[in-house]
Amino acid sequence: MPIDASLVGREFPPTAPYPVTEVKVREFATAIGAPVVEGVVPPTFPIVVAFAAMNDFLADVEADLFRIVHGEQRFAYERPVRPGDVLTATLTVDTLRQIGGNDIIGTSSLITDADGEVVCRTKSTLIHRGETS
Amino acid sequence: MSELTPQQFTVTRADLVRYAGASGDFNPIHYSERVATSVGLPGVIAHGMLTLALATRAVEEWAGGPDRVVEFGAKFTKPVVVPDDDEGVVIDVTGKVTAEDESTRSLSVAVTCDGVGVLGAMKAVVRV
Repeated sequence: MPIDASLVGREFPPTAPYPVTEVKVREFATAIGAPVVEGVVPPTFPIVVAFAAMNDFLADVEADLFRIVHGEQRFAYERPVRPGDVLTATLTVDTLRQIGGNDIIGTSSLITDADGEVVCRTKSTLIHRGETS
Repeated sequence: MSELTPQQFTVTRADLVRYAGASGDFNPIHYSERVATSVGLPGVIAHGMLTLALATRAVEEWAGGPDRVVEFGAKFTKPVVVPDDDEGVVIDVTGKVTAEDESTRSLSVAVTCDGVGVLGAMKAVVRV
């Protein structure tokens, strides 16, 4: 089932506040083989929060995660993430195209801290593979 | 230094399991051959974000630390198929400076697997 084109421009509710802990950062750094340095957060870490926003979005449009392939991901930082930050992602659907039975969904997420200040802006392209593929 | 020190990273199925847990991305295409092939993929594939995280590590090391990386991203142009064996798959990362000013340097990064590009248009901006 193609994704509804009227979603373009829609902003989804912010994700539940996500406390960044040293333990979680260490787990993430280890998973990407990065050195574990106290107080330092890998630059791809906000995907944890951005992914939560994407899951909320997929649930809302009733799309199956296993049909999703990540097409593109970009991050632009205002400041580095630190343990102790409490992050929230707010996802907006920017573009939607149908190509060969697949939906190409362009989204952006604003990652903000407990004070509502922007920490990072992310852009994701998600490819929703159609049932025929 | 106008070029990244070329780096190689090995990715095994165990790495995918660890990354799934750490990132919260439990898409079964990253652990189930059956589901991956049912949606037309050649096999179990690495999380694009894991490949991007590895490539970004090369940039971080070159730049002098993760906090210096202010912008980065890429297209996931070709899936990285991770075989069900102990050897896994090898990802090669190279890169060069494309522009610089007083406070930042821009890099273009090439990420390949068996000589074929897996990330497209990977760029990064780092603080000097």
